[in-house]
Amino acid sequence: MKKTKNTIIEIIIFMCGTLSVIFVVSIFIFLLKESLGFFREYNILKFITGRNWYPDSNEPSFGIFPMVIGSFLVTFGACIIAVPIGVMAALYISEIAPKYVHDILKFLVELMATIPSVVIGLIGMCTIVPFVKNFFNIPTGLTAFSGSIMLAFMVMPTIVTISEDAIHSVPWKYREGALALGATKWQAIRRIVLKEARPGIIAAIMLGIGRLIGETMAVMMITGNSASIPKSIFSPVRTMTATIAAEMGEVVKCDIHYKALFAVGLVLFIITFIVNFIADFFLGKNK
Amino acid sequence: MSNIEIKNFNMYYTNFHALKNININIAEKRVTAIIGPSGCGKSSLLRSINRINDTVDGVHTSGEINISGKNIYNIEVNVGILRRNVGMVFQRPNPFPISIYENVAFGLKVNRIYSNKNVIDDVIEKSLKAVLLWNHVKDKLRKSALSLTLEQQQRLCIARVIAVAPSIILLDEPCSSLDPIATQKIEELIMQLSNKYTIVLVTHNMQQAARISRSTAFMFLGKLIEFDDTEKIFTNPSIKETEDYVSGRFG
Repeated sequence: MKKTKNTIIEIIIFMCGTLSVIFVVSIFIFLLKESLGFFREYNILKFITGRNWYPDSNEPSFGIFPMVIGSFLVTFGACIIAVPIGVMAALYISEIAPKYVHDILKFLVELMATIPSVVIGLIGMCTIVPFVKNFFNIPTGLTAFSGSIMLAFMVMPTIVTISEDAIHSVPWKYREGALALGATKWQAIRRIVLKEARPGIIAAIMLGIGRLIGETMAVMMITGNSASIPKSIFSPVRTMTATIAAEMGEVVKCDIHYKALFAVGLVLFIITFIVNFIADFFLGKNK
Repeated sequence: MSNIEIKNFNMYYTNFHALKNININIAEKRVTAIIGPSGCGKSSLLRSINRINDTVDGVHTSGEINISGKNIYNIEVNVGILRRNVGMVFQRPNPFPISIYENVAFGLKVNRIYSNKNVIDDVIEKSLKAVLLWNHVKDKLRKSALSLTLEQQQRLCIARVIAVAPSIILLDEPCSSLDPIATQKIEELIMQLSNKYTIVLVTHNMQQAARISRSTAFMFLGKLIEFDDTEKIFTNPSIKETEDYVSGRFG
């Protein structure tokens, strides 16, 4: 009796495990199938390096280069803001804050991760966008820069919590050894703790980047959706994700435009896959 | 002068009275052992001498610990300079996860003792020679310190301390994670070093205390029970508790 119960549970768990793998693989196959259909009709090189995205003109062109630049610009800007603040915050929570502050902050940061991105986008539209417009005195506040600020908020929890775990897991004996040699707390942190936690911090940043590149709603609302190569960080941009989200509702199924959006999805998938792979590599190194 | 004079010293972990009115004079340039059963406060006392216990939450003290006549618990004492003068080696070897060279250079760099690279190289060589590690590692100074054996790691930790030129070295059960042969070698090293440094050794291994120390302190339940020449403590102690402990009746 007990044995059959055991076997049944094992089978159920096995099926759940396999199912999740099957889902991921079939999503990838579906993406690949639609994209290959697109590449049969449209040159892949023109797709990647093309500077124009005119899907609806008589002579349609599908160049995703401006969108790739847009995605990277917004992501890069967000990293420049979020990485230093996030790592410092992790250091404060882990090394300096007293126990009860540590607990409160950790809870709040984790809570911050649960805010839906559309809400962040909405708040950004009413605060950051007009602020950027007035402060820099530019025609529109819907820019890559505004998107970067908003995304920096979104990615902070990921960077803070994972970096904090990495810093926290550096054995106490290293700090003690450093202090016993006359080092100050800051010297012990900078020369030993940060060095030891570095793989974990890099993994945190990579996971953050993976999340940023895939983010859709907030960037669509804030970055201005202009599919041209941005002149600076203060120009409107459009990301790959925003393109798919904005145009998917208007395309005819199985049309070339429809397939082109899947090709954009494939590019996105490959980029996030690489970024996550790097993150995994560093996480593994940490152990 | 590098004697340690501990006067009416008390230490508390929040409400727990861990060290009760300790009075002891530790003479310079010899090995002094502190023995006693687990939890008797011997490590707490050792960790008070370089104030590394300050980093533990809830620790507070009263009384004095005078090194060369100066109370190290005075407000104006610079803890960094104190810890440079009073080095410490821990129970488990804890070399930093960086190269062998950088491990020994660490103390020199954080204290900004030397800036000339040749001088630093020289100090590193001397320190590693002093712990008899130089011949093993001279060709792999850039390798990670974690690639060494435990005994070599512990030697490296001693070299790291010696490099910043302390006058006192505190050893907190330095052989407890080593095998008997490595233990014997570290003990020989400790005896050799006692010509130049004042050494305080905490150990739960009574034979070790008997082998290498000249004076021994016996602690029990946070109190210093007896302090005398090692020979006297182990052959003819004046107090019954000491006798019971060294003869193995408890502990």
